[in-house]
Amino acid sequence: MSASRPARLVLADGRVFEGESHGAAVRATGEVVFNTSMTGYQEALTDPSYGGQILTMTYPIQGNYGVNETDDESTRIQVRGFVVRELTDLPSRWRSMQTLGEYLKAAGVPCIAGIDTRALTRHLRSHGVVMGTITSDETASEALARLRSEPAYGTEDYVAEVSTDAVYTFNHDASAFLPEDAPHIVVLDLGVKRNIMRHLRLRGCRVTAVPHDTGAEDILSLGPDGVLLSPGPGDPMLLDHVVQSARGLAGRTPLMGICLGHQVLGRLFGAETFKLKFGHRGANHPVRDELTGRVYITSQNHGYAVDPDGLDTAVEVSQVHLNDGTVEGMQHRELPLFTIQYHSEASPGPHDTEFLFDRFLESVRNKDASS
Amino acid sequence: MPASGDDSRGERPRKVLIIGSGPIVIGQAAEFDYAGTQACKAMREEGIYSILVNSNPATIMTDEDIADVVYIEPLTVDVLERIIATERPDSLLPTLGGQTGLNLAVDLAEAGILERYNVRLLGTPLESIRLAEDRAEFRALLDEIGEPSPQSEIVEDWDQAVAARDRIGLPLVVRPAYTLGGTGGGIAFTEEEYERIVRGGLAASPITQVLVERCLLGWKELEYEVMRDGADTCVTICNMENLDPMGVHTGDSIVVAPSQTLSDRDYQMLRTSALKIIRALGIEGGCNVQFALAPRPDITAWPGEETAEALEYHVIEVNPRVSRSSALASKATGYPIARVAAKIAAGKRLDEITNSVTGRTTAAFEPALDYCVVKIPRWPFDKFAFGDRTLGTQMKATGEVMAIDRTFEAALGKAVRSLEMGGRSILWEDPGWVEEFPHDLPATDERLWGLLAALRRDIDPIDLARRTGIDPWFLERLGRIVALERRLLSEDLTPDLLREAKRAGFGDAIIGTLADRLPDQVRALREEWDLRPVYKMVDTCAAEFEAVTPYFYSTYEVENDAVPEPGRERMLVVGSGPIRIGQGIEFDYCSVQAARALQAAGVQSILANSNPETVSTDFDTSDRLYFEPLDEEAVRDLLDNEAGGAEAPPSIVQFGGQTAVNLAGGLQRAALPIAGSSAESIDLAEDRGRFEQLISALGVPQPPGSAVRTLDEALPTAEAIGYPVLVRPSYVLGGRAMEVVQDANELVRFFGAALAERSGPVLIDKYLEGLEIEVDAVCDGESVLIPGIMEHIERAGVHSGDSMAVYPPQNLTPEQRDAIVDYTTRMALALDVRGLMNVQYVIAPDADPAGPGVFVIEVNPRSSRTVPFISKVTGIPLVPLAVHVMLGESIIEQGYEGGLYPDRNLVAVKAPVFSMSKLIGVDTFLGPEMKSTGEVMGVDETFDAAIRKAAIASSVAVERETPFLLSLANRTKAEALPLIHLLHEHGCKLYATEGTAALVEGLGLPVEFVTKRLSEGHPNVVDVINDGTVGAVINTLEGGRPSHMRDGFHIRRAATEMRIPCFTSLDTARAAIQPLTAPGSYNVRPLAAYRDGE
Repeated sequence: MSASRPARLVLADGRVFEGESHGAAVRATGEVVFNTSMTGYQEALTDPSYGGQILTMTYPIQGNYGVNETDDESTRIQVRGFVVRELTDLPSRWRSMQTLGEYLKAAGVPCIAGIDTRALTRHLRSHGVVMGTITSDETASEALARLRSEPAYGTEDYVAEVSTDAVYTFNHDASAFLPEDAPHIVVLDLGVKRNIMRHLRLRGCRVTAVPHDTGAEDILSLGPDGVLLSPGPGDPMLLDHVVQSARGLAGRTPLMGICLGHQVLGRLFGAETFKLKFGHRGANHPVRDELTGRVYITSQNHGYAVDPDGLDTAVEVSQVHLNDGTVEGMQHRELPLFTIQYHSEASPGPHDTEFLFDRFLESVRNKDASS
Repeated sequence: MPASGDDSRGERPRKVLIIGSGPIVIGQAAEFDYAGTQACKAMREEGIYSILVNSNPATIMTDEDIADVVYIEPLTVDVLERIIATERPDSLLPTLGGQTGLNLAVDLAEAGILERYNVRLLGTPLESIRLAEDRAEFRALLDEIGEPSPQSEIVEDWDQAVAARDRIGLPLVVRPAYTLGGTGGGIAFTEEEYERIVRGGLAASPITQVLVERCLLGWKELEYEVMRDGADTCVTICNMENLDPMGVHTGDSIVVAPSQTLSDRDYQMLRTSALKIIRALGIEGGCNVQFALAPRPDITAWPGEETAEALEYHVIEVNPRVSRSSALASKATGYPIARVAAKIAAGKRLDEITNSVTGRTTAAFEPALDYCVVKIPRWPFDKFAFGDRTLGTQMKATGEVMAIDRTFEAALGKAVRSLEMGGRSILWEDPGWVEEFPHDLPATDERLWGLLAALRRDIDPIDLARRTGIDPWFLERLGRIVALERRLLSEDLTPDLLREAKRAGFGDAIIGTLADRLPDQVRALREEWDLRPVYKMVDTCAAEFEAVTPYFYSTYEVENDAVPEPGRERMLVVGSGPIRIGQGIEFDYCSVQAARALQAAGVQSILANSNPETVSTDFDTSDRLYFEPLDEEAVRDLLDNEAGGAEAPPSIVQFGGQTAVNLAGGLQRAALPIAGSSAESIDLAEDRGRFEQLISALGVPQPPGSAVRTLDEALPTAEAIGYPVLVRPSYVLGGRAMEVVQDANELVRFFGAALAERSGPVLIDKYLEGLEIEVDAVCDGESVLIPGIMEHIERAGVHSGDSMAVYPPQNLTPEQRDAIVDYTTRMALALDVRGLMNVQYVIAPDADPAGPGVFVIEVNPRSSRTVPFISKVTGIPLVPLAVHVMLGESIIEQGYEGGLYPDRNLVAVKAPVFSMSKLIGVDTFLGPEMKSTGEVMGVDETFDAAIRKAAIASSVAVERETPFLLSLANRTKAEALPLIHLLHEHGCKLYATEGTAALVEGLGLPVEFVTKRLSEGHPNVVDVINDGTVGAVINTLEGGRPSHMRDGFHIRRAATEMRIPCFTSLDTARAAIQPLTAPGSYNVRPLAAYRDGE
């Protein structure tokens, strides 16, 4: 192995993990979170919901299949930093374009390897997620002092950072042909993953993404057959303007909310959101559909959850997390509106709930039939 | 939670019949004891009455506290029907007893028995079993749900096979339907191979059907373990990637979990497919799906179709039941598949079953691993040096090891250590490779070492990948191991280098070899530099939740999850490692019983083992489980961890076979305490010289003999003793390299072989061909309790593990019986045994005209292969007795007394079971080297009925009018006369080779002559076996000389491949034929009913 530079991960509670520096040789600060998915590092790194966070993967060997042309979920790496037990520089895959280390380096994102990531995970599990910083040119106490002077995760609005600046039509890797009467779905981009738009496109929809601060009237002026509120990073309590837009859309067009979009719609219907101790991040989260009793294995990435206590009676909790009973899905009793806290678009993760996109499009078509 | 009464669930079962998998054979090993035991426990938790049937006494599942009623009876339709008629179960759980249990359930259903007695199949509908097992229907199902399968055709005779070959083209894979471990299958590259394999496969398949399939040789092979419940919730427990690509049976492949070279896209594509299949089959329980995935196009001659997003894949096979892979997946993830499958079968839903690892989440989730698991098969070629070592679609491994660590290299390194292959460390190379390196690296049991050797010779990993089809990722990783080897050879051993080597899984012994130090010096350096392993928990959830199950593996990291619990009395039970010939499931049985006995006594039980198939590595068998290699380094490390700076808990080394006993010396030198017999006692019994002195001082006779080191010593010694002599290296397992030597020439040849094998003395004993007797005993230093005496059916000269044995003895005089008890008692006391001891005797009155004629031939100061058998038939809990002795409770305090326990009013026969049809090129004759892989028991009121049942259960039963082929050695002809008459009386038509035919004719009996000279006309001996003319063979051997063995080799192999009984000992033949004189009935009763006369 090549001689590597030492680096350390310093947590705001004072715990320090020593490792070696990979990726870009820069400092990075963010909320430290863990993901238990055993595959899908490229998709996770490019997931905008990780904005403002340092990600550690609990699976110890990362980079095995390199980096592929097809697997980015947005235009760039979104995590602030990456923490692994081992970063392999010898990937094997026919279509691999570069190593994971090269990919991180090119994106200016630091990675610290050689860490006892299980110890880190256990720490986060028992103490809750915490701010941390990756550094290779400071002592631990210097880094800690700097870290304490930087803003805490919950105070920043990362949505503005990751959302699109301008309206655009999504054409990524879909066939060019769309019929005149193809349903038009507007995606309110709070940090959307490409695979959400890909699923809509594959189902024959015209897909338009709009910036996070687009108002309801501006969205409706695009003539949508349905609007999808996307996932995204950060505390939903900071997103009053998005709740405001949602208020203008509900009842006027079918709505689907995913992850942060779900939380925003929860707020719209009177609920508060709260921060989970260490969140749900992984590809193995069991969610029970309260109507059928059937359990789905879902892909998740969220640190906040909807508190069902204040929820308007017009909205029912349709799905719950099997492990901690938190709200995983809501359904409006009258309006064509449903939400999921998890990621039916997977990427990474199981494809078991892709059918929810069909359900959404069904409500879109029913709207046409009834109007 | 939804209420449970309002759904579509069927009626809850109240009384369930569970079928075990029978004897251990290649392809069906301890994993089904694990599955069956979990199923019985799950039924008990659910309040369901369980009835268990198995023919294999060496299983935990047949312990009487596991199921509510236990039958140890042959697994036949007749027996099962009688049990159903008596017990009247309302349901049958068919998916936990391997292929044997599944096939039997299908037979029972097809015979109308389930319907007649109103027995419902639980878990998986019969239709799904048929669908999954019938290739044509399964392929049709795949087509229907849009899942790809390789082009293939079902073939039921040779003409169809020719047509299929012409349509698809060679090379072709041939897979017989309904066989275990791929028996009878193979890959055909030439027309000759194709004909041979197809014909063999048709014969092996109980429905005369094989599948001929497009060859995906070199494609990646992956397996998914999936589960489904009655609410249609489906989860994946684990995916596994075979390091060896398609072409090598998955049971013979090195396997990693989770997959290493799959992107999320690939991973989810196959996961989705697996879930689609389990849904389409309607399975309620567990299922295993095997896939072939297109390899990198730059390394293969047979690439698949590939788009930017997806690789081509094919569904290869589905097992609609718990399997070897599901046992591996359970141990790799901590998710108890068999337990959950049993509960689903009983009507539970995944989200209603608690995840017993976390105690608070449910079984409806998918395990997340934060480590890498490597499994390596354990092959029997150390015992069968002349067997065909090539690996193909027919499984050859007898067992496997698993290791866990945070890197692939470290898991692999520990797995290699766990194999316990004597001198074959990860550095091993075949001496022949110096001269000529096998550049094509064919798939054999030695390929892993070949790959490392190639990398040491600077062969490019991509080049190796092209030759072997192994993904370059794995080869690059092996390359890192080789790079570290070089650094250890050339650089100074610094703390950084040592840490790197330990983090890459290098054992102290390997580091020592490379860095020119003794293993203990490396250990001392580690202590000096504070390089100790920590222990991480296997918790199903990658640390996301706090887990309550203490299941640990070592790794060189920062934080230790396995914080010791001092203050409690604790003991370590050292397990027995991989299943191999000579050290089978019996020792796992003992380890499990020991752990339980400790718990029952309020002592914390700590268990260490490396075998993923077993009950002992079930996380709820012990209070703490360490999944570790069973070598001195690993055991000392975990004891150091348990000590936590204070005193280490004592280790019990007498239950884990030779693996555990061999650790005694090292532990003692490290000043670590040993519970029970001391290292000194063990050495006294195992060191031939010391032992001889001891027993001659006691006045216990043994066959004359002595230990020699050189041929110069051996020849005069053998001369003085008188031929024939029994020769063997000391400290061996299962009679490895043991032989009966008839003259000086043979002795010279043996010595050459023995010296090549390993150093150390060779034992030469007078070979006494008498009745062989075996006893197990427990001793507390004052009393010696012998639960029973076992008499072998075959005379001395056949390894005790390959002999049939009967309890109580049928042919001993009271005087001989007394002598056996007296000698056993005196030796146990003199050796100061604390715990178990096993003694073998030979009865040779002629050699001892003045005395009882009882000679000691072997003493083992540990538990033996017969402990489960004798414990079950006598009802004496030998292992718990021994454990309590170690805890300081005397035999008398435990309510027993010294001496021979009174005979029970039953007869029990233990019979060996072989896996010879899977091992091409291996000779099947019985001799002093052990060859069997498993055992069965027949128990009844009379000897004839018991032996009849043992013969049925071990597939050597013959019937009246079965035509026999006889080919007898001259030395056995006189003795065979009564047997020949007996066969004639039973209406058995006789066929015989040259000399034997003359003998039969001389007796005035009708006989058909068949030549044994294969080049001299037809029909010859092989023809009459292959075309079904004869149904059994008796073939005795002249002696141990290779020239004589060659003679009958073709006869024996042909019989093996046609799966007809082939007796190489007249004693066994007599035992199988004798009961036919009293035809008809045997009983079918629970074991306890025979034993306790209920």
